[in-house]
Amino acid sequence: MSKPTPKTYLSPGHRGCAGCCDALAAKFMLMGAGPDCIVVNPTGCLEVMTTPFPESAWEVPWIHSLFENGPAVASGIEAALKALGRKGNTKVIGVGGDGSTMDIGIRSLSGAFERGHDLTYVCIDNEAYMNTGVQRSSGTPFDASTTTSPAGKVSFGNPRPKKNMPAIMAAHGAPYVATTSIGYPRDMIRKVKKATETEGPTYIHAHAPCPTGWGFDGSKTIEMAKLAVQTCLWPMYEMENGEITQVKKVKNPMPVEEYLKAQKRFKHLFTMEGGDEEIKKIQALADWNIEYFGLQ
Amino acid sequence: MAVNLEDKSKMVVTEGSYAVAHAAKVCRPNVISAYPITPQTHIVENLSKFMADGEIPNCEYINVESEFSAISALVGASAAGARTYSATTSQGLELMHEVLFNAAGMRLPIVMTIANRAVSAPINIWNDQQDSISQRDTGWLQLYAEDLQESADMLPQLYKIAEDKEVLLPGMACMDGFILSHVYEPLVLLEQDLTDEFLPAYEPEYVLDPKNPMSFGAFAAPDTYEEFRYLQEQAMQNALPKIEAVAKEFGEIFGRFHGGLIDEYRTEDAEVIIMAMGSILGTIKDVVDEYRARGEKIGVLKVRAFRPFPKEQIRKAIKDAAVVAVLDKNISIGTNEGALFTETKACMYNARCDIPIIGYTIGHGGRDIRLETIAKIIEEAKEVASSGINTESQFVEVREELL
Ligand SMILES: Cc1ncc(C[n+]2csc(CCOP(=O)(O)OP(=O)(O)O)c2C)c(N)n1
Ligand code: SF4
Ligand SMILES: [Mg+2]
Repeated sequence: MSKPTPKTYLSPGHRGCAGCCDALAAKFMLMGAGPDCIVVNPTGCLEVMTTPFPESAWEVPWIHSLFENGPAVASGIEAALKALGRKGNTKVIGVGGDGSTMDIGIRSLSGAFERGHDLTYVCIDNEAYMNTGVQRSSGTPFDASTTTSPAGKVSFGNPRPKKNMPAIMAAHGAPYVATTSIGYPRDMIRKVKKATETEGPTYIHAHAPCPTGWGFDGSKTIEMAKLAVQTCLWPMYEMENGEITQVKKVKNPMPVEEYLKAQKRFKHLFTMEGGDEEIKKIQALADWNIEYFGLQ
Repeated sequence: MAVNLEDKSKMVVTEGSYAVAHAAKVCRPNVISAYPITPQTHIVENLSKFMADGEIPNCEYINVESEFSAISALVGASAAGARTYSATTSQGLELMHEVLFNAAGMRLPIVMTIANRAVSAPINIWNDQQDSISQRDTGWLQLYAEDLQESADMLPQLYKIAEDKEVLLPGMACMDGFILSHVYEPLVLLEQDLTDEFLPAYEPEYVLDPKNPMSFGAFAAPDTYEEFRYLQEQAMQNALPKIEAVAKEFGEIFGRFHGGLIDEYRTEDAEVIIMAMGSILGTIKDVVDEYRARGEKIGVLKVRAFRPFPKEQIRKAIKDAAVVAVLDKNISIGTNEGALFTETKACMYNARCDIPIIGYTIGHGGRDIRLETIAKIIEEAKEVASSGINTESQFVEVREELL
């Protein structure tokens, strides 16, 4: 018998693409957080598609300021609630994309975590700047072709691996840091709930495959998210006060090809000379995850 | 400034930054964000001491990691219903640029003190007004203080204007760095009881609150964006009479009046009028007093509000002069003009009034402004009155040997 589904606070009438990862992530996030929260949402697909004035899909208080200042805005809200005696159990939640979180907003995020504000920050990692048309960010994986790291005659695409953002956030002394995936809604809901119930700055990094940016059908979003976990390219774990306390095991990891071949952004690895070698490098990243996080 | 005689007994000798920090304190802010930058730093230092001593009730003080976050935190705090304060200058203010537009667009009545300073490069920590003038299009109210007392008195006035339901705009209280921020002078520290009487608690209509969810900062397409801009302009226009009314009301309660949108000094029958903003007015007035003592009809127009720009009041104040000289501690490179000069000219153009107006861009990066320099400008203005304009706008006293 399955458990009842928690209520969400994001109305369905948003303007995301069919199968949009950001919409699913926001929905699960609110299922975990509940209605007593204030959401800060920097610029990106989620912000644009949910709030075309005068409409809004948000059934909780929501604010968008800019692309790179979400965590600072959240800090100010948290401070204001405290000063005005309205903090109670209200949770302040920042939710931004990989570009916003890992690149342009990292100063703001680092500041907010170092100061120890009581807030939760959720990174919806769809591995590129989607809202501006799929440009490379520091969340873009190795060898992915994007519009600013295209594969070409002398390039296999993005030359760098993903930045290890959860480790950076854990290094701030955050009491709770967790990775999750929209392919595992219950996992995400549970972790967001735990994050918001933990006092202090907590961080959730949610892997979120984007059908439009990655090149797969909108009906396969969840499937793609699961493949990332099952190939061990996206490890799911929790860290409490810097220590890994829980890891989602993957009994029989699938080869990374299964994941790569399903997406247009990696297509060149199967057509270009030398692609095999590149795929081996990607398999090595997965193997490292298996080893380091003890995934098996 | 009309000084209430009673004031003398209340005067203390204190640094400008302390007086301003004290003024911010008695305005009962709920969230203060702080980041160091000379010559503003003493203000936030003093505020942190007040916090450490438990002197600001219901207030959180955030040591942010940059000015970008200083103003961003106040955006969040203000949207959550807090009265907010910060202080900055120069590079810090320029770093805030993007957020300044955002705060104004969201109609958040944040108040900041700007201890005006030159901008880099070359890096220079001394006073001019390039920093805040460069932010003139961001949609913030901008008032410029002439002296220490006004720098402090401006804060409760600015909160009252900014928080007015017909205005709802953020505001900058600009004071000249070092010249006002670091000088010790006798002045009156704002009294808590009088400030409470003058400035009611901030009660915003729209706040971020889970009990009544609202969306702030939505995405506006071409079919709605223009109206947001229009309404911001309307709010600025609404602020014009409020600035006058609030200054008057302040005078009634505190016994001090520093001018409303503008302040005229010996302009009644003046043939030459010198216009400026900020502490330079003190120097100008000294020179003008000497001229007046010799029977020459020279007057001074203090522009206190630069945003909104008081076109009507300026027109009225200068229309009967024979010549006007405008002194700017800033320049729009590429026009060879300071902002007050350009805007003053612009507001006279369609006013069917053809008096010559000349501009001087002066005091860059803290270059000392001497009495003789002001006298020289007055002499040149007199020339213009009799024989017309030769040079419309110019730098004052460039050191030729360095060029
Ligand atoms: C200062 C600034 N630089 C650039 C942009 C343009 N911009 C808006 S959204 C966006 C991409 C957002 O990427 P991400 O944070 O990953 O969110 P996603 O849209 O992928 O969900 C960019 C580059 C901006 N709004 N502000
Ligand atoms: S591009 Fe991706 S993230 Fe953006 S709306 Fe479409 S599916 Fe969602
Ligand atoms: Mg992204």
